[in-house]
Amino acid sequence: MSNLSKPIPPAGGPNALEVDIRAKTFRGADGEDVRAIEAIAFSVAPASFATLIGPSGCGKTTTLRIILGLDREFSGSLKLPDSGGRVAAVFQEPRLLPWRTVDDNVRLVLSDEEADGDLDDLFEILGLAEMRSRYPAELSLGLARRVALARAFAIRPSLMVLDEPFVSLDEQTATRLRALLTNVWSARPTTAVMVTHNLREAVELSDRIIFLTERPARVRGVYEIDKPRAERDSRWREATLTSIAKRYSGIL
Amino acid sequence: MADDRQSGTAGRALMPASGAGVLPSVGPRLVTVVSLAGLLAIWWVAAILADSRVLPTPPQVAEAFWRDAATGELFFHLAMTLMRVVAAFVLAMVIGSVIGICLGMNREANRFFDPWLILFLNIPALVIIVLAYIWFGLNEAAAIGAIAVNKIPNVVVTLREGARTLDRDLEEMARVYRFSAMKTLRHVVLPQLQPYFAAASRTGISLIWKIALVVELLGRSNGVGFQINLYFQLFDVASILAYTLAFVAVMLTIEFFLVQPFEAHSTRWRPKRARG
Repeated sequence: MSNLSKPIPPAGGPNALEVDIRAKTFRGADGEDVRAIEAIAFSVAPASFATLIGPSGCGKTTTLRIILGLDREFSGSLKLPDSGGRVAAVFQEPRLLPWRTVDDNVRLVLSDEEADGDLDDLFEILGLAEMRSRYPAELSLGLARRVALARAFAIRPSLMVLDEPFVSLDEQTATRLRALLTNVWSARPTTAVMVTHNLREAVELSDRIIFLTERPARVRGVYEIDKPRAERDSRWREATLTSIAKRYSGIL
Repeated sequence: MADDRQSGTAGRALMPASGAGVLPSVGPRLVTVVSLAGLLAIWWVAAILADSRVLPTPPQVAEAFWRDAATGELFFHLAMTLMRVVAAFVLAMVIGSVIGICLGMNREANRFFDPWLILFLNIPALVIIVLAYIWFGLNEAAAIGAIAVNKIPNVVVTLREGARTLDRDLEEMARVYRFSAMKTLRHVVLPQLQPYFAAASRTGISLIWKIALVVELLGRSNGVGFQINLYFQLFDVASILAYTLAFVAVMLTIEFFLVQPFEAHSTRWRPKRARG
């Protein structure tokens, strides 16, 4: 964050996120059951960033919906970092309220006591300081995504869930947004799970990458990254990508 | 960042500045005036040509207007009708919206009550009015209730359509961010239904005041409907037209000074389309 002299507040929940989905089926349009998830089990250590990668339609978004509590029809168990803590979501679409300004969109998710709080730092770090009185329809997709990020960070969640937050942006905007996410996340590391198709993105942001198979999804493997984010230069990234590609064929 | 900030400003540049909108709007307003003047002219010429007691000229209607306005009688009857219209409108909008939203969100309830709705939509206004007077007596509550019951099915149908189109994505967002039920209703659900409220009230106001006149004619001793019945028996067409036009003027005033500003305010977040 811009103000480094400020003590970093404790972030995230005290425990790891533990996901253990043993089966998840959908009722298809023809009435037949479709097995979406065979077995997905992984954990995310407190204040660390995990990424799920897998082929399209393998059940990544379903996993996130289960973590968010939007889908409760599955067998298995789920342990959140903090049972009473709040969970923030950044969806594929920004999902802002079109009839509220940027500022109101962020403030609305705060509890009544926090609603008048100072959000200047958050808007500043995400480059939204001048956009606060705009309506979402006046924003580009990149800006709207930033508002969605601001909204997620504003509640100081114990868990953050991101569903392809950089998809369908041009590369330059996506790069810029990834850097912003790294900044704002590093200022207050929060347990996070992200879904993406982009391995480069995963390598840049994550502490742990979880590879999934085709549907019905299983965990194909887990790749740990110890390197501090600041030291992940482009040469290191290329080397890492190559070694991952060697280990998990067809992943790139 | 420079990039998408730029596209943000470009987005704003596409929208007309508020000052620029004033000049082109003079055109349509002029058209309205000319159009109404044309209608008045046709009526005037026809009245002169017909030269009959049953088609008075505009000055004769104005004279009837001043006669009843001077005694205050006209304003009393206008006020009574307006009171009934407003009361029935509020009643119909509130009850109809609640029922409509419930039906729109609950498939089983909708399946069960849909035949009732079709039935009520097709009962003639006159039947409801007569039954209300027979069952509840010739009183104000029966009059206002009968007007509201005539309007409620239309509101239900419109708001049910609105509730069916509610955005699931936003509802999920509200759930994840733990919006209370009140917060969800106020900030997520009702704003999405705003166009449907607007449509229901538009068609509502005009329908309600027409029914209100019948209600007054059949069972009230004041109001525009009562006066029109009176002048009908006296065969005084000038007075009938005077009351009608006076009440139309009241409704237009409500439309321009209440409904339209409210609508403009509640849809200010919508991206404005370029004017042709």
